[in-house]
Amino acid sequence: MSNIENVSRRNFLGGVFSTGALVLAARILPENAWADTNEYHGKAASAALRPSIYLGLEPDGTVFIVTHRSEMGTGIRTTLPMVAADELEADWSRVKIEQAIGDKNYGDQNTDGSKSIRGFFTAFREAGASARMMLVQAAAMQWNVPASECKAHMHEVTHMPSGRKLGYGALAQAAGKLPVPKPEAVQFKPKSEWRYIGKEQQIADLADICSGKAVFGMDVKRPGMLYASVERPPVMGGKVQSFDDKEALKVRGVKQTASIQPFKPPYTFQPLGGVAVIADSTWAAFQGRKKLKVEWNNGPNASHDSDLYKKELLETARKPGKVVRNVGDVDSAFAKGAKTIDAEYYVPLLAHATMEPPVALAEYRDGKVEAWVPTQNPQAVQETVATALGIKPEDVTCHVTLLGGGFGRKSKPDYVAEAALLSRQVGKPIKLVWTREDDIRFDYYHAVAGMYHKASLDDQGKTTGWLHRSVFPSISSMNDANSMYGFDVEYGMGLNDMPFDIPNHRAENGPAKAHVRIGWLRSVANIYHVFSGLSFADELAHAAGRDPLEYQLDLIGTGRVIDFKSQGVANYWNYGEPYEKYPFDTARLRKVLEIAGEKSGWGKRKSGNGWGLGVAAARSFTSYVATVVEVEVDKAGRIHIPHTWQVVDAGMVINPERARSQFEGAAVMGAGIALTGEISVADGRVKQSNFHDYPVARMNQAPIQTDVHIVESDALPGGIGEPGVPPFVPAFANAVFAATGKRIRELPFSKQKLV
Amino acid sequence: MIKLRINGRERSFDGDPETPLLWYLRDELDMTGTKFGCGAGHCGASTVHRNGEAIRSCSTPMRDLAGKTVTTIEGLSPNNSHPLQIAWMHANVPQCGYCQTGQIMQAAALLKKNHNPSDKDIDDAMSGNICRCGTYQRIRSAIKAAAKDTAKAGGIA
Repeated sequence: MSNIENVSRRNFLGGVFSTGALVLAARILPENAWADTNEYHGKAASAALRPSIYLGLEPDGTVFIVTHRSEMGTGIRTTLPMVAADELEADWSRVKIEQAIGDKNYGDQNTDGSKSIRGFFTAFREAGASARMMLVQAAAMQWNVPASECKAHMHEVTHMPSGRKLGYGALAQAAGKLPVPKPEAVQFKPKSEWRYIGKEQQIADLADICSGKAVFGMDVKRPGMLYASVERPPVMGGKVQSFDDKEALKVRGVKQTASIQPFKPPYTFQPLGGVAVIADSTWAAFQGRKKLKVEWNNGPNASHDSDLYKKELLETARKPGKVVRNVGDVDSAFAKGAKTIDAEYYVPLLAHATMEPPVALAEYRDGKVEAWVPTQNPQAVQETVATALGIKPEDVTCHVTLLGGGFGRKSKPDYVAEAALLSRQVGKPIKLVWTREDDIRFDYYHAVAGMYHKASLDDQGKTTGWLHRSVFPSISSMNDANSMYGFDVEYGMGLNDMPFDIPNHRAENGPAKAHVRIGWLRSVANIYHVFSGLSFADELAHAAGRDPLEYQLDLIGTGRVIDFKSQGVANYWNYGEPYEKYPFDTARLRKVLEIAGEKSGWGKRKSGNGWGLGVAAARSFTSYVATVVEVEVDKAGRIHIPHTWQVVDAGMVINPERARSQFEGAAVMGAGIALTGEISVADGRVKQSNFHDYPVARMNQAPIQTDVHIVESDALPGGIGEPGVPPFVPAFANAVFAATGKRIRELPFSKQKLV
Repeated sequence: MIKLRINGRERSFDGDPETPLLWYLRDELDMTGTKFGCGAGHCGASTVHRNGEAIRSCSTPMRDLAGKTVTTIEGLSPNNSHPLQIAWMHANVPQCGYCQTGQIMQAAALLKKNHNPSDKDIDDAMSGNICRCGTYQRIRSAIKAAAKDTAKAGGIA
């Protein structure tokens, strides 16, 4: 699938490597269908061959591994290089990690969808293995012996019969003159000799983070730079009617104001528009902005109201929608069922609220832009800035800093286009800082969703029919102003891929229009689909008088690969992966559930009286996760989470230490979404503004202890960053039911009275 | 003119006395280890010490700092050697890392007063500091480990 070319004689990496260094560029074919869904980014098709990975070895023995994916806390900046270093038999202490700029030639750089390892594991292995083979060959030639008598080990090549040794550095130049092995000739190390893959590794930035030296987007400076803060239309699609900046300009440090044009629908990654205040410090820009007087033309979304919209979504969910999966005949199952139950579920809008708000530094000069950005998607920065300024993407250089959180927000570079437009207007480098209020009010929100579930049980309590309707404003509204329905990516996250073996099952999607910007947030549509689906499964267990964990196993049925095509799912998205490589295997889902039962001591203590366990399992991002949550509810109705267990089958795991940390974090984020997460709108304006009215989980609300159990597996690696969130929320809600008898069908929990 | 001491060095500030300390540190002194998270004292990312007490620099105006001593993450220890920094690295606490300097400064103020904090003490001291990556479990264990290590070494200086 990949081919690698030797580029050591070209000045390919702009000065990272000295002459004579061995540099490998791996080209890989994008196998990932996120590329296809890039149409809603307004991107060019991405089917062409593109180099993705760079590995360089200097004559002094230093190995450079270029990470083209963004570091927002998953550890990917360390984990991908581990793969190449392992195959290279490199000494980790001699590896230097270089962050790539945005460049199509690196292949897909959009760090979301939990796909960095899935997409690039093989390419990084090939880069490392190819380099190792070339070094061995170079040594063999120097000693005039067969390469088969030589072995690479920890940064040196040994001639086994004679014991002669040559270091990698000494071999770099000679190896660089050799042809790169063809992909089919590349020999990987046997698993038994892996030295980094599957072993715990500390992240490369650990010390710098703890000393405050790590450089995030917020920390970048350029000579002569000015600071900007933008007053944006409070209603999505609104425009500036007029503004008065007289008082703003009187604020000490304020230099000028500047306008940013509103977007042309659809909203895509364009800036929202508004009025910017430019000043010589961040604080002065903030203060000046407070003194602006702006009259807005709010446009058609000014009447949008979350309470009314919620009613609309739930009413729509009561009506037949577009069928996205159909097995058997649900209606006749309902007619025949001994018992039918139905329920409405609701999840509000959510904001990403990364700890580092959006921020960008852009410098426009002579028709070109150089930007320093905490971005998940530097190529989208190039394209978005280029479109906004009417220049070419290759005239935009995007340096990628560390990200103070991403969660999907920072793959949408509207904030970089703002900075670039202002830099051109002002003629200086501009650092544009979003306040927390900007971040909460002008996000690309996780979609609000109304869902309707109905099921029939036979007289044995077995589920015979299940109808699942979901209604939500789609992410596709980003690229289609008239969007009314979801698309395969959203359907494939818990709507058309429910794992239950039920003879009659129908999934439907009803119409909804977007009135705020909608975007993907960590684990995306799984948040509402898995919450409602696995909560309703728990309702069915109780309706049948069965143990919820056993009932979930029965619903899943025997271990099998689900045949979606025969079930009316024309295009099962499968997280962009070929189905034969990453099939939906319910045996793996059963296994994580069973282990979660064992680890948590499921069934050993009787739930009730303010204590309970809840369970849910789901496959997302090609990984299988079961979660058990222990809940205590005190007499005041306060919820505590003493313990949670997450059992993960993510196939092969490269850095188990970072994988565990992602699942620990997912439990905290899940707890926050469940407990207090809600964005709401009145008169078209987002009501919340900061952490006091958009609370996220704090230490005293988070699970006290989260145990993560990673299932040993040789299966292809699956996603790690996102799959921990989806099952957590229903497991938590099911635990609250077990503890209190109160069924939570609407998030956040804080809106419910538990006692 | 406001005179204060930051990380052992005399500084004079002659800007708008309402300017929060955070922006003086970051924009003027290039001390970017202290972070902007919310600008309102809700998240703790901007935590520094004023005369040894943890404060939110994002909502502490310069006028409140005349004659005071400020310690930022840059001044917490030479070479990342504070027991909490060591414990943080040992426990692999950070994920994205953005909030961690504020977390460490908050924890350092706690350990100065309380050499052996209970879970509740840690909750009370640390619940003003948000981590969106969700590293709370490891923060708790790192604080306990640092407390234990410093108890052995005779307390934090």
